[in-house]
Amino acid sequence: MAYEFTKEDLEQIEKIKAKFPEVKPATLPVLWVAQNRFGHVEPEVQRLVAETLGLPEAHVHGVATFYTQYYKEKMGKYVLDVCTCLSCQLCGGYDILHHIEDKLGIKAGETTEDGMFSVQQVECLGACGYAPMLQVTNGKYVNHLTKEKVDNLIKALKEGKEPDYEQMEMPLRKV
Amino acid sequence: MSSADWKNYKPVLIPEIKDLHKIDVYEKNGGYEALKQVLTDKKKFDGPKSVIDEVKAANIRGRGGAGFNAGLKWSFMPPADGGPRYLACNGDESEPGTFKDRKIFEYNPHIFIEGALIAAYAMQITSIYVYIRGEYIDYVKMMEKAVQDAYDKGYIGKDILGSGFNVEFHVTYGAGAYICGEETSMLESIEGKRGYPRVKPPFPAQKGLWGRPTTINNIETLSCVPLVIKNGASWFSEIGAKNHPGPILYGISGHVNRPGVYELPSGVPVHDLINEVAGGMRNGKKLKAIIPGGSSTPVLRADQLEGVSMDSDSLREAGSMLGTAGLVVMDEDTDMVDVLWRIAHFYHHESCGQCTPCRDGTGWLEKILLKIKNGDGEVKDLDLLLDITTQMEGRTICALADAAAWPVRHTITRFRDEFEARCKKSVHAMA
Repeated sequence: MAYEFTKEDLEQIEKIKAKFPEVKPATLPVLWVAQNRFGHVEPEVQRLVAETLGLPEAHVHGVATFYTQYYKEKMGKYVLDVCTCLSCQLCGGYDILHHIEDKLGIKAGETTEDGMFSVQQVECLGACGYAPMLQVTNGKYVNHLTKEKVDNLIKALKEGKEPDYEQMEMPLRKV
Repeated sequence: MSSADWKNYKPVLIPEIKDLHKIDVYEKNGGYEALKQVLTDKKKFDGPKSVIDEVKAANIRGRGGAGFNAGLKWSFMPPADGGPRYLACNGDESEPGTFKDRKIFEYNPHIFIEGALIAAYAMQITSIYVYIRGEYIDYVKMMEKAVQDAYDKGYIGKDILGSGFNVEFHVTYGAGAYICGEETSMLESIEGKRGYPRVKPPFPAQKGLWGRPTTINNIETLSCVPLVIKNGASWFSEIGAKNHPGPILYGISGHVNRPGVYELPSGVPVHDLINEVAGGMRNGKKLKAIIPGGSSTPVLRADQLEGVSMDSDSLREAGSMLGTAGLVVMDEDTDMVDVLWRIAHFYHHESCGQCTPCRDGTGWLEKILLKIKNGDGEVKDLDLLLDITTQMEGRTICALADAAAWPVRHTITRFRDEFEARCKKSVHAMA
């Protein structure tokens, strides 16, 4: 399959390039544009990014493979990134991970057969006070997880309802 | 405001004002006044150097973990030569246990923008980049909006407030890599490359972004700057702990009743933070240990915490560091072997792989700890682990190897009995 950027993508890419004194710094943001468009940055997509920016394919490949959020292969429609790092580990992050694995019948790193869900175990997402938590497809954080909350999330996602932004108040604030 | 008087503290970084993230509300509450003073009040501030002097005198110690005097760091920039100069604001925030800068992005983004603009004026910077971790995409969007609003109001751009000062401000973000919080790795990432830390010297002040003079500051650090300008260096330096003054965003996580981010003076006693601020231990359990400032800072046992407060001097005497003030609390049921293995797994996963002692060392730490965790450890493995840490520390380009080695060294030393007991249960146990 040949991948192509849309006209809007190309306009966005021009805006990105204008932020920097040279082209190379556009690599990360344009990989994001590509991933948002195609859902992943497989080697074919990396080639498109390289050609669009006039940069060596090896450079784009190097960048794409360094950063964990870029999907180097096709993933499920929803990717559940379950944090199991320090504070989440202490607060039951592994229980949440294993519950999701059992519920979906896959292991971390795998995708369900219907292509709906991928599950990954990830490193600290910077939500330590709201542990255990997960992130849905590089987007919304879902905090203070319980098994019930996970079940509801999966049910909602199956119906195409993505979670809203959860505002985590600072506990001493009165506003 | 003394540390002991924390109950009467009123937040200043994230004050209790509704909708403060909106630029109009921020302005109504004295926002961008500090920038105006710096740019136009020639009686109060006579040029960039006077701003650096004031910030230096306030002793804002870097809130990203290293604790270096921000004003002193600014003074390392070489004289302006007409070419581009950069300020890179570090919002990568990836150290396990740390989740504070996101509160500034969400609740008071303009105090950070204003601080960055004042820093830019003080160092005659031409472009500001803020680098936010890619997972914080919601906060990236909030910052993009705030920066655009500040552009629209004329606080960023050309001839700011008629002063003749020009600066650009760009929001950039990563894509998942802890190492990009290391300052030179962040520069590489902004330049669109793999986040490999650079060999120093040359330091960023000499050769930073695109080979030009660059200063890197943490988000919370820069957010303190407008407060210093408005209220004076002595006001700031009298808040909290003498040698590490100012407000601090404490991130408290783990086994407490009310985890979260709390703005209080520096130097609050650890026990007050746990028992009063964070509502005490969850499920009435006993405290076993804390990690005071992110996963790389050495663990402290409960019996090491008597009289210890959250400032750099007190924590150093106790045998740890303030780091990012991300306090992780562990109760009596916590398995230290499991915790240490998970920390080692993190550093192994995040090592960029440039330096052999780190790339291989973090791998061996994790492997040996996994062996112990799985019940196959030998007592001599503990000394092997300690030996590996000495072969990692200080032998690499950046501090990730040290950050990986310290928790292993100190957790094993401070919980030796627990580690030995686990090894002795193993069929391989020697001695």
